[in-house]
Amino acid sequence: MQARSSAPAWPAAIHRELKSWAVCQVAHVPDAGHTQLINLCAADKAMRVVPLTTEEEGVALLAGAWLGGERGVLLMQSSGVGNCINMLSLTRTCRLPLLAIVTMRGEFGEFNPWQVPMGRATPQALELAGVLCFRATAPEEVAPTVAAAARMAFEGPQATAVLLAQQLIGVKSFKQ
Amino acid sequence: MNAFTMKRAEKYGLRRREVVAALLKGRDDLLVIAGLGAAAWDCTAAGDRDLTFPLWGGMGGAVAMGLGLALAQPKRRVLVVTGDGEMLMGLGSLATVAAQPPRNLHIVVLDNERYGETGGQPTHTAGATDLAKIAQGAGIARASTVRSAAQLKSLVSGLFRKPGPVFTAVKVRAENPPLVLPPKDGSELRTRFRKALGL
Repeated sequence: MQARSSAPAWPAAIHRELKSWAVCQVAHVPDAGHTQLINLCAADKAMRVVPLTTEEEGVALLAGAWLGGERGVLLMQSSGVGNCINMLSLTRTCRLPLLAIVTMRGEFGEFNPWQVPMGRATPQALELAGVLCFRATAPEEVAPTVAAAARMAFEGPQATAVLLAQQLIGVKSFKQ
Repeated sequence: MNAFTMKRAEKYGLRRREVVAALLKGRDDLLVIAGLGAAAWDCTAAGDRDLTFPLWGGMGGAVAMGLGLALAQPKRRVLVVTGDGEMLMGLGSLATVAAQPPRNLHIVVLDNERYGETGGQPTHTAGATDLAKIAQGAGIARASTVRSAAQLKSLVSGLFRKPGPVFTAVKVRAENPPLVLPPKDGSELRTRFRKALGL
């Protein structure tokens, strides 16, 4: 877990990986764990950040992006995965690439019990919907995991998700 | 009882097939996303084209898909044609469009106030819901409702003349014209679309 005073290095590593895969549409419903990455993408002239009102919009948005020749990434927290399920039939039926990066809640020391049901169900829900899941728990695992998922997504094309474990992000609390 | 008026849409003058035929006439290189159900059949009836992507699922996603496409292809015109039921499922995407906002995206909702594919149950637009006002409230300033042949004519002649995003709800008669189905294989649909774009 990272102390607040020293920002972790892995969000910048994700940003570098996304650039190396020519990802240009960055769709998100925000999460505290994605803050640094969203800021890096927003500051990058080669990327367009698209805030969503709900996560399934991102699945449809990135389908349209790829039809038009652009690659994208969907950033969300685990509670948003359930919102995506029916829209993932578009990705699967049309054999479209999808790269999702999911910050995990409700799985390790979570203070909010309302996050637990969807957090616990996230890997199975994604896999049932045809999305290949890869987990990163330690900071040094993040970049290679994103690279592996991106390769399988864009060279497949296949639907992939990187789950950023709660141990990596740090446990949220309202006492800070 | 719900505050729905079922009889009203049976008397609307505009007919969905004629509306879509008029919108797509002389379409040239227009890119079209057709929302699932009757809107996709209408676009197919106007002529199945490689650069039309008809949806058979993903309800609520047509506008978001059109947005991704419009951002990826800023020099091409992108038209989303969908129905009121499909639009109601993805209302948030209108706010997402307004937040970008793409100049090359137009959205036309064929509003028959019905779920036409599931037995003709009323949608919320058969009651008090006004899609153009929702679009305006979402931040799409150019949003209006078309009810007459004269209004349709100016919609067609004005299409892509003004910078987008533009939203138009077209009130169409509640009817079930003959099915004209597009190809169903999603791989084929996306491959032909990308090939036609030179990708």
